[in-house]
Amino acid sequence: MSTKPTAPHATDDDAPLGDVDAERRALLVNATAAFGLAGAACVALPFVSSMNPSRSVKALATLDVNLNDIPLGEAKTFLWQGKPVFVWHRSEDQITEARKGDTTATMDPANDADRVQKAEWLVVMGVCTHLGCVPMRGGEYGGWRCPCHGSQFDDSGRVRQGPAGTNLEIPPYRFLDDATIRIG
Amino acid sequence: MAHTPNHPVENDIRNTYQWLEDRLPIISFLNNSVGSNFMAPRNLSYMWNFGSLAGIALVLQILTGIFLAMHYKPDVHMAFDSIQHIMRDVNWGWLIRNLHMVGASFFFIVVYIHMARGLYYGSYKSPREVLWGLGVVIFLLMMATGFLGYVLPWGQMSYWGATVITNLLSVIPFVGPDIVVWLWGGYAVGDPTLNRFFVLHFVLPFVIIAVVVLHIWALHMHGSNNPKGISLTKQTDYIPFHPYYTIKDIFGLGVYLIPFTFMVFYAPEYLGHTDNNIPANPLVTPAHIVPEWYFLPFYAILRAIPIKELGVLAMFGSILILFVLPWLDKHPVRSARFRPLYRPLYMLFLANFILLGWCGMMPAEGIYVRIAQAATAIYFGFFALLPVLSKYEKAKPVPTSI
Repeated sequence: MSTKPTAPHATDDDAPLGDVDAERRALLVNATAAFGLAGAACVALPFVSSMNPSRSVKALATLDVNLNDIPLGEAKTFLWQGKPVFVWHRSEDQITEARKGDTTATMDPANDADRVQKAEWLVVMGVCTHLGCVPMRGGEYGGWRCPCHGSQFDDSGRVRQGPAGTNLEIPPYRFLDDATIRIG
Repeated sequence: MAHTPNHPVENDIRNTYQWLEDRLPIISFLNNSVGSNFMAPRNLSYMWNFGSLAGIALVLQILTGIFLAMHYKPDVHMAFDSIQHIMRDVNWGWLIRNLHMVGASFFFIVVYIHMARGLYYGSYKSPREVLWGLGVVIFLLMMATGFLGYVLPWGQMSYWGATVITNLLSVIPFVGPDIVVWLWGGYAVGDPTLNRFFVLHFVLPFVIIAVVVLHIWALHMHGSNNPKGISLTKQTDYIPFHPYYTIKDIFGLGVYLIPFTFMVFYAPEYLGHTDNNIPANPLVTPAHIVPEWYFLPFYAILRAIPIKELGVLAMFGSILILFVLPWLDKHPVRSARFRPLYRPLYMLFLANFILLGWCGMMPAEGIYVRIAQAATAIYFGFFALLPVLSKYEKAKPVPTSI
């Protein structure tokens, strides 16, 4: 405020600048604006980040499943990160059927052998790849059909009928021992 | 503004400014409000920074508050733990909560300085009585919001503060006790109370925003007062708000943020009370219960008077009296600079106000009560003297121009 003007001023930008160093002023204005924007971005970051999963949510990121509880030929559903996971103890027949599908599942081709770690254990997300409903056992392909829009999945969780376009996802999991897997 | 039939309307959207201007003149509205078309006195000191700082403080409280509300749970069984969840689990939750806590205190600091500025330079006098009154309304809403917010962490101070303050209303004749029960939604501060306090704490800031808009509207009727307190007549006494005062306000903001961020990062709990880190317990009152620091002067007035009803009246009266200040002080000179009696009296009032705050912090016993009683007398004595000063105080010569 040291250069307080004493005369009335034109307020439009085209007014003559007098003895003002226009280049210096532009540099100062631009530098101030740039620092201001950078500061605003830094302030915005924590606010945006606060809406991401908190540490308490991340702490629930893994789930151990005891495979002894699942009889041969049956599937059970588990809740992992708020979403269902299907663990299917497949019988010899079911594995054979699934392997046959390697050639006929053309919508999203995948080999059954690549979708399992051990052939008798199929672990897939119970989330329809169309719009997120939970598929139920049944349908014409031995696996699941989705009650919402009629998508069908086979005994390897591969999509066989739309509107879903991709196979049921496989969550990250590993065998802790022969009778336990850890999902997540 | 009025649309006349002959007024040509820009229909070419490539002339964007005029096109929008003819449909929603929001840019010129902003320009008239806080831009180069708003003329401000050219002699405003840094004391005039605190209005915009208060506005920024309010925005920061709302912003941080919205993000805290996404993680907070207004339930007596979960509230305290959800605060711990925010502090420990939520990404940057500690930062957002510290900003909100320290922000509340700094909001009050800024507003107290803003009010003290108005009191010194006679900014409440004609023709700015409504502007001042709206400011007092904002102050009352802030106090309500601050109180409600302090209850939410559901610590010992939250609980007992809520109990004590809501019980103030029990002094209302006949219906007081019923009103308190209605306010609680039960027979003590409890779950219904916490839930509604959360809702009100969320809503009131938006009411404050509405009153701030009125406050600024009233400001623009006659423009800012100035350190000389005189009504400006010449065009040369004014400079455009933008860029002169926008840049000054931004600089002031930078200075303000230094102590503010220091407190946020290094002493976030300094202005709070450690007892609020103990979960609320309806069976045990803390040995020494105090409100947040910004309520202390008024709390001291409440405790200074040993009769319950009178104490409550005096406490509310000490704030409500600000509404009639423009009619108590009718001295024609605004600025204390030119009032040889008002100026020292004002200084005494400020010092006394701080003394009251100190009394509010001390236990309500012995000498502290005596001091608080004297300070309360001085507080109201100041207002009682103003009509006398209006009549007899001889002002120094007042300049005719800045």
